[in-house]
Amino acid sequence: MTQGDRGMSEPIVRIEKLEKSFGAVRVLNEVSLDVGKGDVVTIIGPSGGGKTTLLRCVNALETYDAGSVRIDGDEVGFSDGARRRRRGDRELARIRAETGMVFQLFYLFPHLTAAENVMLGLRRVRRMGKAEARERAMRWLERVGLREKAESLPAQLSGGQQQRVGIARAVAMDPKVLLLDEITSALDPELVGEVLAVVRGLAEDGMTMLVVTHEMTFAREVSDRVVFMEGGRILAEGPPAAVIVDPANERVRTFLARFR
Amino acid sequence: MFAAMLAALPFLGGGLLVTLEVSALVVVAALFGGLLLGTGVTWGPLALRLVIRTFVDIVRGIPVLVLIFAVYYVSPEIGLRFGNFTAAVVALSLFSTAQVTEIVRGAASSIHHGQMEAGRSIGLTFTGCLVWVIIPQAVRRFLPPWINSVADAVKGSALVSLIGVVDLMLSIQQVIGRTYRPMPLYILGAIIYFVINYTLSSLSRGFEARFAYVRE
Ligand SMILES: Nc1ncnc2c1ncn2[C@@H]1O[C@H](COP(=O)(O)OP(=O)(O)OP(=O)(O)O)[C@@H](O)[C@H]1O
Ligand SMILES: [Mg+2]
Repeated sequence: MTQGDRGMSEPIVRIEKLEKSFGAVRVLNEVSLDVGKGDVVTIIGPSGGGKTTLLRCVNALETYDAGSVRIDGDEVGFSDGARRRRRGDRELARIRAETGMVFQLFYLFPHLTAAENVMLGLRRVRRMGKAEARERAMRWLERVGLREKAESLPAQLSGGQQQRVGIARAVAMDPKVLLLDEITSALDPELVGEVLAVVRGLAEDGMTMLVVTHEMTFAREVSDRVVFMEGGRILAEGPPAAVIVDPANERVRTFLARFR
Repeated sequence: MFAAMLAALPFLGGGLLVTLEVSALVVVAALFGGLLLGTGVTWGPLALRLVIRTFVDIVRGIPVLVLIFAVYYVSPEIGLRFGNFTAAVVALSLFSTAQVTEIVRGAASSIHHGQMEAGRSIGLTFTGCLVWVIIPQAVRRFLPPWINSVADAVKGSALVSLIGVVDLMLSIQQVIGRTYRPMPLYILGAIIYFVINYTLSSLSRGFEARFAYVRE
């Protein structure tokens, strides 16, 4: 825990010596990372460095070979217990319900309205009644500034609006950690701001987040900690001032030079 | 000629029922089989996918008639005592299952894989993703070709007459055997098959129109 005042409790996300290969290609190499409650940790680094794969391992959308990922103490990919075995579909679903994921390409459900997109998990995973789910969905849509678009289908929304629905869909589930993978890189530049503003708001409210982004200004402003990944390894880690503003690591400097 | 048709009608009722019965059994079996295998071939582990692929390719590569003879004559050799009706239904079901498997695979793979991931990321199980996310989107692509396959099943059922199942086709031939007037009877048969399939294709167009309007 780099943030001294937050170092008392067990972190929400604890990644230890995580290893993952696609065939012969090792994509994650002994990656260890903690995200404490209420922390915003940002991952930066060049393309192909393993950032997406790392997030997907945290959300169990990808399996891992060795090491561990724990959400609030629960191992994600393998069952705790005497014998380490891969979790089945039902257990994985239960664990995924505790993490929220927002995708680069939104992946809204095109056959459902904005409100129904947010309600689906509340109804079918959290087993809420329709009225309660709807009320909660409307609260979150209001929060992301889309209350009046509740009955619109994704195809009728702009990219920025779709992504804000994507955020609402994830946070409405009340996840222990929110995972954001380059959520603005598919957006027209003029739409990036409205989406980042929503994320900033969530950060201020104490949402725990693990963020992959190429928006360096945003990363510097919202992050408690920044992690630089390249070639499946974490090469630098620390507060934004140390990693982004005045990087000691040569590779980080080379990488950041492209953003200046 | 018209009189000959009318006179024949009472003798075709039983055959028509058998045709409808064979078709219905085949359609239901193939729907379940196809949904299962189509799901397996789309999302299953590699080994399962290979097995299903092989099954589908083999069955689709054999003429239906050969398949019917094969099941009818080979089944006793491997210890199965199928009557001709059962053999006919099994053979046609195999063929139709292969067809429906392909239709399911086509419909499912038209849905972006991100949809399944988004469903999973909110905590839905695999089945939950199918029910709430994939099927509602895929059904529109599934229905038109599926109803075509139902029509194919009805038409294909005429082949079972060749192993002695007294369906519509064979009853027509029996009447011809007594009256020696093939022309009106075959025309009548064509009309009955056409009416069944025309009803199905109208149904299909109805579905298409309906699902096209739903939310777009
Ligand atoms: N499903 C897969 N099969 C095979 N290789 C994969 C797969 N997914 C990712 N990879 C490889 O793993 C490596 C890491 O990919 P990853 O997407 O995690 O990188 P990234 O840091 O997110 O890059 P980007 O900034 O471009 O999004 C890359 O070399 C990529 O080609
Ligand atoms: Mg990526």
